[in-house]
Amino acid sequence: MTALAPGTLPKSSPRGNAARARMLRSLLPALSLALVLMAIAWLNPRAISYFGFNLMLNLAIPIALATIAQMFVIAGNELDLSIGTFVGFVGCVTATWLRDAPLIGVAVLLGSIGVYALLGALIHLRNLPSIVVTLGMSFVWQGLAILILPKPGGKAPDWLLAIMSFKPPYIPFPILAALLIAAIVHFGLMRTSYGVILRGSGGNAAALRRAGWSLLKTKIVLFALTGLFGVLSGMALIGITTSADANIGNGYTLLSIAGVILGGGEFVGGRVSPIGAVIGALTLALAASPLLTFMHIPPDWQVAANGAILIIVLAARVLISRRER
Amino acid sequence: MLQAIADIVRLDGAEKHFGAVRALNGVDFHVGAGECVGLVGHNGAGKSTLMHMVAGTLRPDGGQIAVRGNQEASYSVARALELGIRCVFQELSLCPNLSVAENTRINHPSLAGLGWRRKAADLIRAKLDEIFPDHGIAADDIAGDLSIGRRQMVEVARAFTLTREPLHLVILDEPTSSLDAHTAGQLLSFVRRFVAAGGSCILISHVLGEVLQNADRIVVMRDGKVVTADAAGAFDRDKLVAAMGGAGEHQKATAETRKVAVGALRVRARPARQQDGKELAARAGEIIGLAGLAGHGQTDLLLAIFSAASRPKAGVEVTAPVALVAGDRQADGIFAQWSIAQNIGIRSLQRLRDGLLISPQREAELAEFWKKKIGIRTPDMNNNIYSLSGGNQQKALFARALGSDAEIVLMDDPMRGVDIGTKLEVYDLLREEAAKGRTFLWYTTETEELDNCDHVYVFKNGRIVANLGRDELTEEKIIQSSFGDTV
Repeated sequence: MTALAPGTLPKSSPRGNAARARMLRSLLPALSLALVLMAIAWLNPRAISYFGFNLMLNLAIPIALATIAQMFVIAGNELDLSIGTFVGFVGCVTATWLRDAPLIGVAVLLGSIGVYALLGALIHLRNLPSIVVTLGMSFVWQGLAILILPKPGGKAPDWLLAIMSFKPPYIPFPILAALLIAAIVHFGLMRTSYGVILRGSGGNAAALRRAGWSLLKTKIVLFALTGLFGVLSGMALIGITTSADANIGNGYTLLSIAGVILGGGEFVGGRVSPIGAVIGALTLALAASPLLTFMHIPPDWQVAANGAILIIVLAARVLISRRER
Repeated sequence: MLQAIADIVRLDGAEKHFGAVRALNGVDFHVGAGECVGLVGHNGAGKSTLMHMVAGTLRPDGGQIAVRGNQEASYSVARALELGIRCVFQELSLCPNLSVAENTRINHPSLAGLGWRRKAADLIRAKLDEIFPDHGIAADDIAGDLSIGRRQMVEVARAFTLTREPLHLVILDEPTSSLDAHTAGQLLSFVRRFVAAGGSCILISHVLGEVLQNADRIVVMRDGKVVTADAAGAFDRDKLVAAMGGAGEHQKATAETRKVAVGALRVRARPARQQDGKELAARAGEIIGLAGLAGHGQTDLLLAIFSAASRPKAGVEVTAPVALVAGDRQADGIFAQWSIAQNIGIRSLQRLRDGLLISPQREAELAEFWKKKIGIRTPDMNNNIYSLSGGNQQKALFARALGSDAEIVLMDDPMRGVDIGTKLEVYDLLREEAAKGRTFLWYTTETEELDNCDHVYVFKNGRIVANLGRDELTEEKIIQSSFGDTV
């Protein structure tokens, strides 16, 4: 045996490659954001300013929060197709009850987070496909939103308006908020010991069960977090728009999924990145209107341009992953 | 009474049914303190089921389980961990998206609070250093990036890490199946040290030599029952094989020389990192072995040959259709949602086509043919592939390759965790197919398997370092080449 001891295992090169490709992939979201920013700066240098960012990233905060919400369910290998209408529902509650009868408003919002937790339990216990359950729920939220606010209107609570129109010195508020969201969620999901368990439930659920962890609990926690960030997203949205509409959040479902994927997340396997997701949301928010307006692209085509950005980034990711092999 | 307390765990009349299948049929089993129990038997003999029961992941349908003399009415994983009983499962159970340290955290609820990352990293690093010196694994490596051998090393080391919970018994289910001879030796000598220090161990392995050398007592299972149990010294290889049932008559059939009609050149390949002129050449009717320590470029070369079959690649020449039998069958081999028949037919879709669609009838015929030919043990080939035991799943993957039009079959350590009876059947089949003119390129970590090869290439650091003919093939030569200080 001792004669064999000098035969040390060499550092395997495939692993080095994998680490390099992973690194490249985690830089990709930031790279695509930088590209979009550069395009904007080239088209209209004046946009790169305190005022310009405040304007361009106007809607970035609610989009980032909705993306984070979606990221939590994706971390557990599920998908939430109801987040858009849920954000709309929260918006309607915020613009009516939360202003007129704060206690009821808070109770309804907390209750809706509880509903999300129950959905997680239901999906786990009955082994239901989350896509179907949340698609069904999306009609429920939409219906409730219309019941609360049949026609556009309402008004955001003053404290919320004050928060969302906060103007910190030097750094535009949306950027500050994005940094804060990314930092908090990164710490919670990527650095804490229970965050490991949450991500592990997406990576290898069987292994987790064998180590004695409750998968019911992880699913409930993930869905409750989705509900929580959905509520924050809806409130932030109303704080910006000042009044609500039952359809106000409908676009958020696909936007949030795109943000997670753009940010380096994957649909299965528990591979998500909070920082990436926030960057992905910012990219989408930036690319959505200002860039395309500067380029004189009519609004009809802006959605397509958004899709093109997504396809280009995902194609780059596939190319990097292929080198990994 | 004293005896009962000296037992770490004791099962009386344990039973388990899966539908109509009786996986365990009244098994009495016990492990004493400071004892290494070897557990052997064919695939499907019930070893894994028994171990799941001891580990608490499966509840017995009948019988009783007692730990340290106390009856356990509601035994579970959490309870087993509390009592110091842990298991390293045969299927790798790391989370591929988490780092090595984070995977360690999953098994230790007490690794929480401030500084848990550093504690977890120190814990696993120290244990890896203790069991596998020179392991080359960092605590922040992502598990999915590691080779299958290294993943297994992490998993084994993790089972022996110690925090709040006690550690009395570790179940090792095929712990060496993905390790090369060197690291397997390191692991087994650690197990001996662990047992000498008063710990207990259950060692399940298809490598009979490992069990004979390392276990204090050996339990043989067949058809869901314990057929014999005795001190390890009372057994030798032949006795074990006989007790496991079947496969006895095969014995060393490999030794008889095989007339090889050397045919046309099928494959010529040079590893990407090869600097001298050495290259691999395989002709029709040959079985070529790829040897050396695990992860030294054998799989890479097989994959290069595989991709060269569909688009030209520098340094690799392939002249016939190719099929690959994957080694990591969970990750690369099996379509988990599909039936056995569909899993076999996927490589032969062209032939199974009827117009634009796949003909279910032809698919079923192909599956039935291979069920008989290779002996897949299942009542119905339309069952899900996971209804099969590990060895039978691997047989289905062989059937996929051999049932196709491929003239060249690449095998990436396919016998991992397969029982000896199945192995011998597959060896016979390979020789038969080779005699018909098929070419086999066979990477294996088990030196005994190389006896079936006509020619063996030994790999080191991604290069071919030796080319051994059948008559010059000895274990010493291979070890010499794989450890030798070549360029």
